[in-house]
Amino acid sequence: MKGNAIKYEQDNIDTDVILPGTYLKLHDYSEIAEHAMEGLDPDFHSKVKEGDFIVAGKNFGCGSSREHAPIALSHSGIKAVLARSFARIFYRNAVDGAFLLPLEIDEDAYKGISDGDELEITIEKNEIKNLTKNQTYSMKPFSEIISKIISAGGLFKYKP
Amino acid sequence: MNITEKILARGAGKSKLEPGEIIFANVDSVMLHDVSGPGVIKVFEKLKKEGEINVEKLHDPSKVWVAEDHFVPSAEKVSAENIVKLSKFTKQYGIERHFRYGMGQYGICHTLSHEEALVLPGEVYVGGDSHTNTTGALGSFACGLGHTDIAYVLLNGKIWFDVPETLYFKINGALPENVMAKDLILKIIGDIGTDGAANMAMQFGGDGIGKMSVESRLTLTNMTTEAGATNGIMDPDQKTFDYLAQHGAGPYTAIHDDNDAQYFKTFEYDVSELEPLVAKPFSPENVVPVQETTGIELDKSYIGSCTGAKYEDLEAVAKILKGRKVKTRTEILPAAISIYKKALANGLIQIFMDAGAVVGPPTCGACCGAHMGVLAKDEICISTTNRNFPGRMGHVESQTYLASPLVAAASAVTGKITDPRDL
Repeated sequence: MKGNAIKYEQDNIDTDVILPGTYLKLHDYSEIAEHAMEGLDPDFHSKVKEGDFIVAGKNFGCGSSREHAPIALSHSGIKAVLARSFARIFYRNAVDGAFLLPLEIDEDAYKGISDGDELEITIEKNEIKNLTKNQTYSMKPFSEIISKIISAGGLFKYKP
Repeated sequence: MNITEKILARGAGKSKLEPGEIIFANVDSVMLHDVSGPGVIKVFEKLKKEGEINVEKLHDPSKVWVAEDHFVPSAEKVSAENIVKLSKFTKQYGIERHFRYGMGQYGICHTLSHEEALVLPGEVYVGGDSHTNTTGALGSFACGLGHTDIAYVLLNGKIWFDVPETLYFKINGALPENVMAKDLILKIIGDIGTDGAANMAMQFGGDGIGKMSVESRLTLTNMTTEAGATNGIMDPDQKTFDYLAQHGAGPYTAIHDDNDAQYFKTFEYDVSELEPLVAKPFSPENVVPVQETTGIELDKSYIGSCTGAKYEDLEAVAKILKGRKVKTRTEILPAAISIYKKALANGLIQIFMDAGAVVGPPTCGACCGAHMGVLAKDEICISTTNRNFPGRMGHVESQTYLASPLVAAASAVTGKITDPRDL
C-alpha cells in the first residue's frame, strides 16, 4: 500500500469534525464523502487523493458511533488512518465495515511523518516506510480477531 | 467476576470470562433510530446486491425497537424520507416496537430505554448510537455500535466483544444542594480524560450511588461515552427494581457483582465536597469550577438531550426559573413525551413559559447540530447536553459550555454563566 500522508498534528479528532452532525441524514456514500473532515479542514475534500493516508494523534474518532465517519474518509480515497490511538467505535466500524485500516503508530512514526510524505505500508510486516525521508517505523500489530476480520474483508465475510 | 463480565459470560454461554477475551455474545435487546436505521438499511442493500447473505428475515424482530429522535420533526425532505424508509423497514421486517413522532409516546432513544423499561437488568443490549451506555445504570451491559455491527446483530442475533477491563468508581457521600450528577460525571471526565476509559467498562458503586435517584445514575452512565468507555454500568439495587416496576418492566433476572469481583482500577470520590462545574469548549474533559467562568455572556441556554432533559432535570430547572425571567434565549426540550406530560401535569411547563423560555418537542435536535436551534458563528451556549466538540451544536466557531440543568437554568436567568449558589 503506497500513498501520501495528510497529517493533522492533534489528539482527539472527533466524529463531529470528521463528519458534522447536520450531514447524518445523508446515506449516499459519495455525498457523505463530500463533507469529510469539514469541521477541521474545509480544504480536505479538494486536496485528498485516492490512496492517501491520514496521520493523527491520540484517540482518533472519539465521540459518536456514526459509521458516517469511516465512510466519509474511505469514500474520499483514504485507505488507512495512522494514529497514536483510536476511539473504540470508530476502530470497530472501520474494520467491521471494511472501510479503511486503523493503524496504531508509535511516537517515532507520529513525529517522523510530515504532511505530504510518501509512505509505503506493509501490513504483514507491521512496517511503515517513509519513502520521502527514508525512514522505517513499526506499528502495533492487529489483535487476532481484527486481523481475521480484515483478511476476510469485513465482519459479514468473517466466519467465526 | 464483576457484573459486566457476568452478563457477557451469560450472553456468550460461558461460565467464566477474563478481560481481553474475544467472545460472541447473544444480544437480548437491540435499538436503532432515524440515523442508524437508514445506515443499517444501506448495509442491508449492499449485502443484498452482493447476494451472499440472506437479508430477507431478521434473527428475532421481537428483540428490536426503533426510535425516531435525531431529525424529528423533519426540517427538510431528506430527513422526512429517512423516516419513511425507517417505517417501511419496520413494517417489512415485523418490528412492532417503533416509537413514532406524533403518535403517542416517543422521544430520545436512551430516554425511552428507561421510561418504557425496554432494557432490563442482566441483559446484553446494543444500540446504534454511542450514548447507548446510558441504560447500563439499570444493570444491563449497554454498548453503542455502528451500522454494520447493528446489521450483523439484526441478522445473526449476536456480536463480538473484547471483554473490557473495569474501572470502578466508588462514590461516597451525598451531593450538596445545587450540585447534580452531571457535575460528578464532568469531574470524573475532567480527571481521566476523553480516552481515560477507552475500551473499558466504567462501573459506579458505593453509598453515594445508593443515595442517588435512578435518573441521576443515568446521567453518570450516559457520559461514560465521553471517556471512551465500552459501557457504563451499575449493580442494580432496590431503587432500580422499584423504578423498573413503576415503568412497567416485564420479568427479568438481575445479575450482580460476585463477592470477589475484580476491577482493573478503583477510583474514590467524596461527592459531599463537589461544586458546580462546567466543561469549556471544545472538549468534555475541559472541566473547571463554574466559578472560573461566571460572567461569560451567553446567546443561549439549551436544556435538552438524553443527558439533561429527564424529569428530574426539568424539576431542577423549574426550581430556578419559578418566578424569574430568562435573559438569554432559553430552549427546553423534554427528552420524551412521558416526561413532557408529567412536566405539564405538575406545572413545570407553565413555569418555563412564564419565564419566557420556549418549550420544544422531544428530539436530539441541536445537541448534535442537526436542527431545532443550532448555533451561529461565535454564538455561546450553555447546555445540559454531553459534547462540545467544534461544531457539535452548529457552526464550527460556535461555543458550548456543558453544565448541569441547575447551572444552565441559573445562567438563563442572568444571561451570563452563573453559579446557582449565587442567585
